[in-house]
Amino acid sequence: MAVRKPPITTREYWAPGHAACAGCGPAIVMKLATKAFSEAMEEKYGNPDAFAIAHATGCMEVVSAVFPYTAWKAPWVHVAFENAAAAASGVDAAWKKLGRKGKILAIGGDGGTADIGMQALSGMLERWHNVVYLMYDNEAYMNTGIQRSSSTPYGAWTTTSPPGKYSIGEDKPKKWVALIAAAHLVPYVATANIGNPYDFVRKMKKAAKVDGPAFVQVLAPCVPGWRTPPEKTVEIARLAIETGVWPLFEIENGDFHNIKIQSPGGGAKVKREGGKVVAIEFKKPIEEYLKLQGRFKHLFKKPEAIQVMKDQIKAMWKVLGVEVTLP
Amino acid sequence: MAESPFKMEIERVEKEYSEKMTPGAVVYIPGSSVVNKTGSWRVFMPEFSRDKCVRCYLCYIYCPEPAIYLDEENYPVFDYDYCKGCGICANECPTKAIVMVRETK
Amino acid sequence: MPIRKVMKGNEAAAWAAKLAKPKVVAAFPITPSTLVPEKISEFVADGEMDAEFIKVESEHSAISACVGASAAGVRVFTATASQGLALMHEILFIAAGMRLPIVMAIGNRSLSAPINIWNDWQDTISERDTGWLQFYAENNQEALDLVLAAFKVAEDERVLLPAMVGFDAFILTHTVEPVEIPDQEVVDEFLGEYVPKHAYLDPERPITQGALGFPAHYMEARYTVWEAMENAREVIKEVFAEFEKKFGRKYHIIEEYRTDDAEIILVTMGSLAGTVKEFVDKKREEDVRIGAAKITVYRPFPIEEIRALAKKTKILAILEKDISFGSGGAVYADVGRALINEKERPVVLDFIIGLGGRDVTFENLEEVVDIAEKALGEGVEEEIHWIGLRKEIL
Repeated sequence: MAVRKPPITTREYWAPGHAACAGCGPAIVMKLATKAFSEAMEEKYGNPDAFAIAHATGCMEVVSAVFPYTAWKAPWVHVAFENAAAAASGVDAAWKKLGRKGKILAIGGDGGTADIGMQALSGMLERWHNVVYLMYDNEAYMNTGIQRSSSTPYGAWTTTSPPGKYSIGEDKPKKWVALIAAAHLVPYVATANIGNPYDFVRKMKKAAKVDGPAFVQVLAPCVPGWRTPPEKTVEIARLAIETGVWPLFEIENGDFHNIKIQSPGGGAKVKREGGKVVAIEFKKPIEEYLKLQGRFKHLFKKPEAIQVMKDQIKAMWKVLGVEVTLP
Repeated sequence: MAESPFKMEIERVEKEYSEKMTPGAVVYIPGSSVVNKTGSWRVFMPEFSRDKCVRCYLCYIYCPEPAIYLDEENYPVFDYDYCKGCGICANECPTKAIVMVRETK
Repeated sequence: MPIRKVMKGNEAAAWAAKLAKPKVVAAFPITPSTLVPEKISEFVADGEMDAEFIKVESEHSAISACVGASAAGVRVFTATASQGLALMHEILFIAAGMRLPIVMAIGNRSLSAPINIWNDWQDTISERDTGWLQFYAENNQEALDLVLAAFKVAEDERVLLPAMVGFDAFILTHTVEPVEIPDQEVVDEFLGEYVPKHAYLDPERPITQGALGFPAHYMEARYTVWEAMENAREVIKEVFAEFEKKFGRKYHIIEEYRTDDAEIILVTMGSLAGTVKEFVDKKREEDVRIGAAKITVYRPFPIEEIRALAKKTKILAILEKDISFGSGGAVYADVGRALINEKERPVVLDFIIGLGGRDVTFENLEEVVDIAEKALGEGVEEEIHWIGLRKEIL
């Protein structure tokens, strides 16, 4: 039997022995993002190692670098919570002056990106640094023990958005940082999801290869934060795509009129006009996504909340120029 | 079966390892976390049937540790020194070549 | 040959940065320091300076970008003041803890509220525990010289700590004085290239910077910062000696002025030292046995030098433009710490003076001497004195 080659480089920049939880979604992001970067740098510069990482404080920083150990096999620096993009700007400037070819990868969670790191992110993008900012989105402050962030979706339980007599859980819609990043008119912005690893790797490679700034927001479920079984991490992430909760898209140069939408799968019917996705009829109900997660458990007693969620999902797709129907 | 690449890594790390405080608490040995054998966390372990494997690589792609490497024929090999037993590999395996069984120690 | 130019303190700092050839500068405008990044922008625009100038969106990002660049292994410079320095506060600890020899020029300015753009030292004094070396300049020449010296000390392998050089808002930042600009070749010889052995981001030698320190390692990491600061005492002396050899200007950790038979020594920092020295001359003419001492290096605090100074006098009067509410002046506390276990020690009095740009006049200094003389005769009634307060509006 002819064996096809492994679909991704076997070089590792993320070593085992780190302290991430069993079934950690963001840990998959770290592994795949660095592999994708390595492939991109090899293809662009002939040097698979031509990158450095600036990391925000957060789960992945804490579990990976504990003196005198590190899981990283790439040059790596952590400064603080809110400034990965600014620190990456400095690394980029230094590399320019050192005449070093390559790309800087900035990594932050949703708290470090959507909230406390928003300003530094905007500055980095606007200054056109040669940096890819990777936001691993697990939809709450997990490192401090599951507090809501602006990236927490409507209805979710967190320790600071507990459902109660007067509370549905998180009561605001999710903030989509990818759209804010795209408004900087930077060369490349994408959303991704570990439930579609090939799409994620392709987008990371594309981001790594563009000249100038890029931003990738990848959904990465958190086992304790989402109250999910560890083996379901990827399945749940995939369901987010298949039910319409998580759109996969690419925006180049801030061209909101030509957003590239990736097919969600899961039996969804995609309607195109002139090559552009204009409508999607989802077949899997979002309840299938929600019911696997303890953080949404309380919603099943309040079906009107699930309807609010569906309306928000439709509104989000509308921004992308896509009319969706949800079962 | 191929020797785990991580075994070589441990040798490399142990040769240079030092707890001595460095200026700025810089860690100079890349990938030194390999000496932390997180396999002890495991409750369930993946059991692999080579004959059912179609080498789709999904387990290799998804393993968050990574505790899975590929042998000479590109079949996955599970390094139980690191596998935390999350079960993503078994859950995602399209041919049920991986099943999770309770660890007996 | 060195050339002389008339320039503002901010320009002097920018010139020092130009001479030091940092590869990265990241800075954000703030009164009274704005002219430093402006001038550097001009140098870069004219090709006189080969640096990447990052026009960041805040001081927080300025220092964060500096940390990133310094972690990548290049020489880095920045400038700020007041609220900007306060905004950097969090990252200042990190820069020191990561042992990154960033040099920063500060136009010493008060802190809000009320918002006030004028001179005092509250900004840098408030950062005294961050692990940064601190130098204070008396005039524009010192601003230039101390920035150069700061690079040399900071980058010394025995030190590897960031350094800030303060010079008073408006009094120096915006006032023109003749300044000697040293020869580039001599500065090159003095500083050399910065090639760090401990911090870099090189794919051929991947290392991890900024790791988590558990209780088993944190104290040792912090202790090495303490040790580096202690090492700096000797390194500063060496660097000042070499500076004199190369550039002909002599610097002291504490500069004494007419202290030999003084019964009262006025201890101060920055541009106030100029006023105080003039005042000492006047009082000497009146046969008052008075002297002055200027602290040029505030961190590491010159403990031995203060002890030596204390042996010469009956009163140390600390004149300082900062206040730690609920305690007193910061310099006073440091001086007290230096003398606490001395068998014989002078009376130490604290004078809070010139906050937020309030002029310090000879009249004010007369009041200081009066209080000091009274303490000498009748004993100490109060330790902390606010001088020049407009009691009529309180």
